[in-house]
Amino acid sequence: MGTRLSSFLKGHRAEAVMAPLFKLLEAVFELLVPLVVASLIDIGIANGDTRYIARMALLLVVLAAVGLASSVTAQYFSARAATGFAEKMKSALFMHIQSLSEKDRDEIGTSTLITRLTSDATLVQNGINMFLRLAMRSPFVVFGAAIMAFTVDSTLAWIFVIVIPVLSMIVAVIMMATVPMYRRVQNALDGVAQRTRDNLKGARVLRAFCRTEDEEKAFSLDIQSMYSLQMLSGRISALLNPLTYAMINGAVAAIIWFGRERFMLSLIEIGSIVALVNYMNQILAELVKLANLIVTISRAVASGKRIQAVFDREPSMKDGTETGKADDEIAVAFDSVSLSYNDAEPSLKDISFIVRKGECIGIIGGTGSGKTTLINLIPRFYDATAGSVTVFGRNVQNWTLSSLRSMIGVVPQKAVLFKGTVRDNMLFAKENASDEEIEAALKMASAYSFVEEKGGLGFAIEQRGQNLSGGQRQRLAIARALIRQPDILILDDSTSALDFKTEAEVRKSISSIEDSTVFIVSQRVSSVMHADKIIVLDKGSMAGIGTHQELLSDCPVYQEIFYSQTGEGK
Amino acid sequence: MKGNAYIHTVSKMLSYTKGARAYLVLSLAMALLSVISTLFFPMLTGYAVDAISAFDGESFIICIAAMGAVALSTALFQFVMNIANNRLSYAASMEIRKDVFRQIGRLPLSYLDSHPHGDIVSRMIGDVDQVSDGLLLGFTQLFTGVLTIAGTIICMFTVSWQVTVVVILTTPLSLFAASFIAKKTFTFFYRQSESRGEQTAFVDEMISASHTAAAFGMEKGNQDRFDDINRRWAHNSLLATFFSSLTNPVTRFVNSLVYMAVALSGGLAAVAGIMTIGGLSCILVYASQYAKPFNEISGVVTEFQNAVASADRIFRFLDEEKESDDSMLPDIPEGEGSVEFRNISFGYPGSRILINDFSIAVKPGMKVAIVGPTGAGKTTMINLLMRFYDPVSGTIAVDGHDYLLFRRNSLRKRFAMVLQDTWLKSGSIKDNLLLGNPEADDEMLWDVIRRCHLDGYISSLPRDLDEWISDESEAISAGQKQLISIARAMLAEPDMLILDEATSSVDTRTEALIQEAFDTLMKGRTSFVIAHRLSTIRNSDLILVMKDGNIIEKGTHSQLMAAGGFYSELYNSQFSH
Repeated sequence: MGTRLSSFLKGHRAEAVMAPLFKLLEAVFELLVPLVVASLIDIGIANGDTRYIARMALLLVVLAAVGLASSVTAQYFSARAATGFAEKMKSALFMHIQSLSEKDRDEIGTSTLITRLTSDATLVQNGINMFLRLAMRSPFVVFGAAIMAFTVDSTLAWIFVIVIPVLSMIVAVIMMATVPMYRRVQNALDGVAQRTRDNLKGARVLRAFCRTEDEEKAFSLDIQSMYSLQMLSGRISALLNPLTYAMINGAVAAIIWFGRERFMLSLIEIGSIVALVNYMNQILAELVKLANLIVTISRAVASGKRIQAVFDREPSMKDGTETGKADDEIAVAFDSVSLSYNDAEPSLKDISFIVRKGECIGIIGGTGSGKTTLINLIPRFYDATAGSVTVFGRNVQNWTLSSLRSMIGVVPQKAVLFKGTVRDNMLFAKENASDEEIEAALKMASAYSFVEEKGGLGFAIEQRGQNLSGGQRQRLAIARALIRQPDILILDDSTSALDFKTEAEVRKSISSIEDSTVFIVSQRVSSVMHADKIIVLDKGSMAGIGTHQELLSDCPVYQEIFYSQTGEGK
Repeated sequence: MKGNAYIHTVSKMLSYTKGARAYLVLSLAMALLSVISTLFFPMLTGYAVDAISAFDGESFIICIAAMGAVALSTALFQFVMNIANNRLSYAASMEIRKDVFRQIGRLPLSYLDSHPHGDIVSRMIGDVDQVSDGLLLGFTQLFTGVLTIAGTIICMFTVSWQVTVVVILTTPLSLFAASFIAKKTFTFFYRQSESRGEQTAFVDEMISASHTAAAFGMEKGNQDRFDDINRRWAHNSLLATFFSSLTNPVTRFVNSLVYMAVALSGGLAAVAGIMTIGGLSCILVYASQYAKPFNEISGVVTEFQNAVASADRIFRFLDEEKESDDSMLPDIPEGEGSVEFRNISFGYPGSRILINDFSIAVKPGMKVAIVGPTGAGKTTMINLLMRFYDPVSGTIAVDGHDYLLFRRNSLRKRFAMVLQDTWLKSGSIKDNLLLGNPEADDEMLWDVIRRCHLDGYISSLPRDLDEWISDESEAISAGQKQLISIARAMLAEPDMLILDEATSSVDTRTEALIQEAFDTLMKGRTSFVIAHRLSTIRNSDLILVMKDGNIIEKGTHSQLMAAGGFYSELYNSQFSH
């Protein structure tokens, strides 16, 4: 079990207690008003005492003011508790999401994580806010009225004893029925979010294939089924108010009916019957208010469960404990490593190799042969299904993720930049980098000149680097990895959008870094042929390992790749 | 927000219930009926009590029967009203969402490229939810509240018109207080919604890029940034929640003062003998009864600000300038596929001119390659060809027709494209392929899959064509994503083809095989190819060498190699090891 949602109220316990308490106080002051008015009439007017009347009027003002003060205090405390809760919960949820592995996030889905972190969090917040405002007030009024009924006539008061549990049952049944439905509504909302995000990101492709109208139709269907779910849950919630109303007024009729019988037997006075009816009406007034909030609370419960489900998902990756510096002579070792995504055939099968510190390793192989999968195991984006991966003498599972990853600079295949300036993007990789360091890294990645042209380090990059060309993005991504001066540098086909000249420049400056272990994943033989060792992958298995010359002489897969490129090239 | 703009937003919100006018009428009618019967029930109670004390058994039975009937019918009215209100607000939010979605399809790419997607998602999800809640609350409580007030006023008039006048005259006091708070809270609600948008945008960006974030150990920094946005959100949310919840206590306080004034003056009047004690108690009962629905309504009005603030953000998005409406324009006529760039100048919004007075004529069936260093403007050419962006000046003529004068879709239908940044929709592999041609049957799909050498991969999946994939999935390699994009384009069987680094992540052996398939496909079709692996474009009919937005060389491979310029340098650098 992960973090319990209730734990986020911890820092707000005082507020969570004070809010309903002050709300209660307000109700008490409200109840005092009729008493004051009664004495104003009974004593003040009856005795013609104008000073007494004035004093009582003043008392009314005081009561109103105190009522206002306690009500404002209550509202403040409940707002504080609810937003404080939501703030903590969101922060913890974001942290938890970050702690999940790539695999976990893949399985859960980004869109649903976004809706849970936003829409569901808001619903829970509203629920808590309303709950705190009414949690004590409503039971107080309801039970207070029932107890008062007993002081009036203990026989007729049994009607209250029957009505209150029945009403609670109705509320409970409706909540139980609607909570799963509201959950389904939120699930449908995930779909809405997903299609929206898809259409924002895929705008070019969808427009190119003239599919925007199809998408609109599909969206209409999605949202239509969400609407049906809303109507279904709404229909059940819509029962609450009328049922309450009918129940209470039925009880009023019952009070009068049985009251008459007792009146006939002279066991009760008319005034008492009227008083009982009034108490019943007080319950009604309170429950009608509550009924509207039951929906809010049911939705909060449904959303709370969805958020809880994310918290309950333990990161499938356990963080290691070892920190420290990379000092082993063997930088990376794979020992019979296999990996499969989901239930599909394994993407990597029984891979073993050893890489010494300072070596440059090329990885080459066909599409889907497992190149990216292989290098993803080094910074532990995924865990091997079988076998072990060792980095600087320790199993990757023993390193803490942060110390493992701080040794490694990765340039992913799809260069992802963030909204912010060029400098911001570089600082993500190294918090305290100076402008000189940034410029040096940019120069090494052949990115300096275009950055300078665009206005220097302060140039604003849009989300995902939308306002840069593919090659510019890749070079910035390389500079970002270089600025960390990593012990292990991994370039995952990260020069594919560069022209050959620029690529050669970049490769040259990378090979000039001392002591750095470099992995270069590429489709091009020319990019890996100078590596100390080349790993050849074929459908997830290792088809060969060795230098360019060695592989050329004894690895058929490599030969095939080599000749397919040079054969056409020359 | 200014009064007019506010009313505009609210009326726009309400206009979304237009389609369900019948339900609006139904809701109003049911509200009226249930208010009447709710007010009627206490009277029946009174009669029943009177009947008891008068020992009138017959009218007692009638009263009890009437009470049962009224209670049941009130419940029924309420139920029907609730259903109608659900219908009104859920349908409205559905229509708003449809409009937001449609707007996404209509906005120019320049907008989508430069605005955080998460913020748009937040409008679609969070803001529409607020509007829906606000409408539901409004319909449920506003109608009945107003009707209850009206009903009470009528009842009061029948008892004492003087008192009624006094009470009505003091009403503005509490209304004034409520509107003051409502105005203040609107700003807070708007800020709350804005920071929610900011938060969604950040989460969207960071979770989508979790791979990179993890690689650079950005988790801590991201947490700090998230917490920073979160704090600002919580601050705005606290202010909005707190201030909006003040309305009820404050109006109640104002009403208490009125009540006190009535009690004081009434009491003094009674001492002076101007008024009876019975009269005073009657006035007091009505004064408090009248105030109750008022308090409720003023509370609803402030909560409603939340919905209006969100609606405002939605309508601002809907009011963003769309691509020019081309539905009235004709389809571009079919032709052989000649493409002519005529004096094209272009620069991205807010930046300098990138392409200046560019002209080139491409004959039907030609294979045109565009090469050059990164950032030279190659992808921009495609943005212009597909009309993702419109040229600042000049135009492109397709088969001699100025393409600005025809429907965009008719132009785009003639092209198929494969982009450098692959994109897969969330769905099955089949869904993704069908984007290219929704009519394709499985046989056609498998044919194209084989041609793209995806058959081995797809067959190895547990649910082959029905395997679920998404753009964010890591289980599918970049090369495979590209192959699916290629298959999609091949299925479209277009007149013209655009390939922007279409095979950059595909291995060279597969690439060579795909090339054959492309060559077959491109035979007789005009095509534009951007590639860094110059080997793939050697056999092009025309090679355009671009640098800094200009064509610096053009010709065939052998011409350019013979010229010994930029191209030959670029070409030779591939093998300079």
